Amino acid sequence: MNLLTMLGLGQTALELGLLCSLTTLALFLSYSMLNVCDLSTDGCFTLGAAVGAVVAIAGHPWLSIPAAMAAGVCSGMITAILQTKMGVDSLLSGIIVNTGLYSINIAVMGGSSLLNMNKTETVFTKLKALLSGTVLAAQYKLIVALLAVAAIVVFLVLFLRTRLGLSIRATGNNPDMVRSSSINPQMTTIVGLCVSNSFTALSGCLLAQSQKSVSIDIGTGMVTIALASLLIGGTVIRRGGIAKRALSVVLGSFLFRMVYTIALRFNMPAFMLKLVSSVIVVIAISAPYLKKQWPVIQRRFTHNSAQGGQR
Amino acid sequence: MLYLNNISKTFNPGTINQKVAIENLSLHMAPGDFATIIGANGAGKSTMFNAICGSFLTDSGSILLDGKDITFLPAYKRAKEIGCLFQDPMRGSAPGMTIEENLALSSGRGGWLSRVSRSEIQAFRDRLSLLGMGLEDRMNHPVGLLSGGQRQALTLLMATYHPPKLLLLDEHTAALDPGTAEKVLELTKSIVRENHLTCLMITHNMSSALELGNRTIMMDNGHIVLDLNEQQRCGLTVNDLIRMFREGTGHMLDNDRILLS
Repeated sequence: MNLLTMLGLGQTALELGLLCSLTTLALFLSYSMLNVCDLSTDGCFTLGAAVGAVVAIAGHPWLSIPAAMAAGVCSGMITAILQTKMGVDSLLSGIIVNTGLYSINIAVMGGSSLLNMNKTETVFTKLKALLSGTVLAAQYKLIVALLAVAAIVVFLVLFLRTRLGLSIRATGNNPDMVRSSSINPQMTTIVGLCVSNSFTALSGCLLAQSQKSVSIDIGTGMVTIALASLLIGGTVIRRGGIAKRALSVVLGSFLFRMVYTIALRFNMPAFMLKLVSSVIVVIAISAPYLKKQWPVIQRRFTHNSAQGGQR
Repeated sequence: MLYLNNISKTFNPGTINQKVAIENLSLHMAPGDFATIIGANGAGKSTMFNAICGSFLTDSGSILLDGKDITFLPAYKRAKEIGCLFQDPMRGSAPGMTIEENLALSSGRGGWLSRVSRSEIQAFRDRLSLLGMGLEDRMNHPVGLLSGGQRQALTLLMATYHPPKLLLLDEHTAALDPGTAEKVLELTKSIVRENHLTCLMITHNMSSALELGNRTIMMDNGHIVLDLNEQQRCGLTVNDLIRMFREGTGHMLDNDRILLS
């Protein structure tokens, strides 16, 4: 493998990692801050992709971004209302919305499960045209992804320092305390999920446009991939302020894609991606638990064998 | 100030675990009243507190605070006017957030998108230094790193940052070691005195029940069995209180912690 291919691989990983890091940032808000595991992420990702594609195909490449984000807000609002106002368990409400979104996504794509954007003007082609002739022309995908991630990170860091942002963080930490601060934790959950789902939808919209196509299963497994990225980022940068943690999330997404890209290079079939992400999530979540249990297991083992010797 | 009119609460109605926690309970607190509440386990003390601060709605009766009917007001809206401290020091603050962020949340009266200003941070620092625990130099430490006593003192500060109309203290020093408990109690007394707060305090310490505030209320089996004002309880001893309890209810006070303290 020569240097050029390696650089090429790195760039692909960086682009994909950055685009998917928007979903990871969404989970950073819902999973790490609000303490809600939002299982509607997969469907919402596809929804963003579908809405963005349809709007772009209709001839409004710039409008596709706010449209996709608005769709994400709606989806997040439904998930949140189910769990705060209608007594549905928070995991279950995500699953229900995810299932419902499957039909909605196909409806959005006009009854088809695949949309092609090969000849469509997208945000990416717009920028490519803008940059043509300059040194950055080949990097147009990277630039779009970087701009989007930078915008969302800056927004998130500023947002989490406001009174609303603080109350969202406290909701995941101690809802009792939120209530005694005269803030309705149901309201903060709704706002938090709306914002996080708008990030997920943006992520889907941009990924679909960079791939120039959207299929109904573009979002399948995104929640696990994003969770894996989130946990990898958390292991690399363990503590720090909100800004540092948000950057660790982006870094985690990139590392995850890098590992995956390298694995592909060593002839791992592409369909293994989802298994790899599942395994990473399992390891990242269960390793601290097993580490804590290990002395007990060890002790039990020596205890039992000592008794066996006495008998 | 506070009126409880015939409030009742039954837990698990219609099941084998049915428990009448409070029944037709009425209470009036005048502005500036500081009442201590004692009673056996299961007497309904905490249930009364939870009914006042809105953890659940009562089955019947009404609750008025400062002339406003708050019977059906959700807990988070009541929190503007009622401060609550519980036995568990972990309950009142968010462990994953810094002292500054916790204070910013509980003191925040600004808009949703407002941020903590420098002058507010200075104000937090000044208020924290009054606790005498050195917390003013640890503003950026997560609250989860503080000891139980420090957290309870912080919670007290948070609950009274903007003086509430009513302060409810549910054995808020019971889980602390004696020295820290003493300190938190002293802080409570000075905060209540300085802000002329109306305050209800559940305690299992009979002597401090007689000593603190201007009124002592005894509860048993979901009722108020004894309500002593300042003159009535003047000169009373713990033994007098136990005797009065027996005469009022016809049975002994069976709370180990009360008898042992």
